[in-house]
Amino acid sequence: MMPELGKYAGTVLSAYGASIVLLVVLVAASWRRARKVKAALAKVENPDG
Amino acid sequence: MSIWEYANPVKFIRTTDKVLPWIAGLAAVALVIGLGWGFFFTPDDYRQGSTVKIIYIHVPSAFLAINAWLMMLVASLIWIVRRHHVSALAARAAAPVGAVMTLIALITGAIWGQPMWGTWWEWDPRLTSFLILFLFYLGYMALWEAIENDDTAADLTSILCLVGSVFALLSRYAVNFWNQGLHQGSSVMRAGAATGDTTERVSNVFAVPLFISIAGFALLFIALVFLRTQTEIRARRMRALLARERQA
Repeated sequence: MMPELGKYAGTVLSAYGASIVLLVVLVAASWRRARKVKAALAKVENPDG
Repeated sequence: MSIWEYANPVKFIRTTDKVLPWIAGLAAVALVIGLGWGFFFTPDDYRQGSTVKIIYIHVPSAFLAINAWLMMLVASLIWIVRRHHVSALAARAAAPVGAVMTLIALITGAIWGQPMWGTWWEWDPRLTSFLILFLFYLGYMALWEAIENDDTAADLTSILCLVGSVFALLSRYAVNFWNQGLHQGSSVMRAGAATGDTTERVSNVFAVPLFISIAGFALLFIALVFLRTQTEIRARRMRALLARERQA
């Protein structure tokens, strides 16, 4: 399944690896903050609920 | 129906809530197809070998790095002219996404450049203008964080955005302006059969997955900006409510 990357395997894999890590961190951080802020606002708007 | 209706925070959240899962889903599908196709099923380039596969990340991220700033410019201008809070918050929401795209373009460019040019970095017009654009992103985000009053922060960051737009455009056209340095000129937009010129253009074998990958990155950007703008709207409302509580 893995393509034959030859002598540049490290180059290609490190480029993909670094990019995917950065994208995953960005998506996860955005998602986490969205949930956190939504819950905090609900608490402020409805402190008894 | 007018586009300005979406300047209403409630309307914006309600509408984006409906479309967000679809855009995020389409982004995931396009990214899996574009990157998967590019990585697993395209041949090596006769000059660059397998490093050509980096194009499926490098070009879309660079494209988004510039266009995210241009989107912020439009949103900032709307804030300056019409004082719609949602537009200022959308610009704020887009900045970290644009910064990550610029960082990915810089990192993948350096990794790709090492075996092809023999160096990780060169003070080439395009590389340098991209680095300056990245610094503008960091400065823009820092300015938002540094100013407590939301409206003042929106005013000052909008001005910074206008200034930074010069570098966003420069990073796109630097190669054409100076016609020197290591980085090649644009060959992607010459891809496909639309042009009769076959020299130095990206072959269709590489171009089709590349365009799918660009679409995936663009959809991911839109999804993240919608999600983060919703968050900024809610955070702003929370700050306003807490301030009102403190005054009472």
